[in-house]
Amino acid sequence: MEDERVLDVKSLGFYYSNGVQALRNISLPIYKKAVTSLIGPSGCGKTTLLRCFNRMHDLYPGSRYEGEIYFDNANILSSSVDLIHLRCRIGMVFQRPTPFPMTIFENVAYGLRLKGVKNKQELAQSVERALRHAVLWDEVKDRINSSAYNLSVGQQQRLVIARSLAVKPEVLLFDEPASALDPVSTSKIEELATILKKYYTIVIVTQNMQQAARISDWTGFMMLGELVEFGRTDTMFTNPSNVLTDDYISGRF
Amino acid sequence: MSIKDDELKIIKEMLLKMASLVEAAIKDSVKSLLERDVELANRVIKNDHVINSYDVHIDEACIKFIARRQPVGKDLRFITTGMKITTDLERIADHAVNIAERAVELSNEPFNNTYDDISRMREVAQRMIKDAIGSFVNEDKRLAKDVIMRDDEVDDLNDAIIDELMVIMTKHPEAIVHATKLAYISRNLERIADHTTNIAEMVIYMIEGRIVRHIADTHETL
Repeated sequence: MEDERVLDVKSLGFYYSNGVQALRNISLPIYKKAVTSLIGPSGCGKTTLLRCFNRMHDLYPGSRYEGEIYFDNANILSSSVDLIHLRCRIGMVFQRPTPFPMTIFENVAYGLRLKGVKNKQELAQSVERALRHAVLWDEVKDRINSSAYNLSVGQQQRLVIARSLAVKPEVLLFDEPASALDPVSTSKIEELATILKKYYTIVIVTQNMQQAARISDWTGFMMLGELVEFGRTDTMFTNPSNVLTDDYISGRF
Repeated sequence: MSIKDDELKIIKEMLLKMASLVEAAIKDSVKSLLERDVELANRVIKNDHVINSYDVHIDEACIKFIARRQPVGKDLRFITTGMKITTDLERIADHAVNIAERAVELSNEPFNNTYDDISRMREVAQRMIKDAIGSFVNEDKRLAKDVIMRDDEVDDLNDAIIDELMVIMTKHPEAIVHATKLAYISRNLERIADHTTNIAEMVIYMIEGRIVRHIADTHETL
């Protein structure tokens, strides 16, 4: 079901602790098992929006949300939400790979151990499955117990993706996942995103709108904290309805 | 195979399917004329919308590919060639429809001695399309050049048919309507060969990156 909503953002606003309003009245759906990209000029609020989806802003006291984000019919902005549980279900991958100073295996097993998984066989199976989904298994299976720091940057990024996948999330948030990578690693991450959408829902923030065009099914264009236009990527990149979108995607900003 | 290659393959397959429908339309339109088969002629006319819808779908797929993948190099040449080929194929199919419409009108007329040449023209033109598409699929520039050369034979046949029809019209003014329609059919076949030549020229562009249209004496520079 392509058009089933996983996340439903309703009139979302967001204020940083200094009182600056970063998001205004944003409403959009995030569809299940599809790739949604958020594009827009620097400072438009796309990363801020992405970070709302698993409440990353809560790490900085004083910030404030308005409106609702529904996930499984529950508002994840509610104060009663268990944030650890939420972040297991909605994982995040950052711009620069963030491997932990431990082995490849332990990096991927980390979240599982945190969840209380102790059975060795179960751990091994889950780690292999996650590495396979991240298309890294064949490259690391013979050195699974060596340090994650020995991997190339591109491999580290896929390792971090595997770490997110190990806890079986439903949604994966990618914040500029390829901007620190060379073209070959970038295309691997892009191919990976299109493979992963068979199993997961993906939201990706990117400065590179060609990347959004290549890999996403849905695109949201943001400016000055507002969502200017949201629609199918095919339409957004051939015949957007808003003149601002057209100007931005054709490089007229 | 990457997702991008899959998308290119789908476009190529649509083009091949469209080309085979167009080839059949030419064959059937002339057959309907030669065999006075009104039913077959009507079928060619009726089925043209299928070819038109391929034209639209291929164009849409190519536009989306350009918007989403920003093709360069070989991919860019393939996509631009594909878009031009589909336009030429669609025009060829329109000419086949024109021939089929005339075939219906001429279904009760007697035969004259231009019909053999029309049949020959159909043979050459249909073979040209088959080979032009073959040169596209197999990236065979020698075959593409060969197709371009064959356009002359179609032009010569067209000239011969028009000359013959003028003689007929001079001697038998009552046959003017019939002869004019045959001249029109001959002209349509000649245009089909021209569009096919365009396709072959685009194939050379796709393979070599060199535009060979409108070169004064193309045959020498090929």
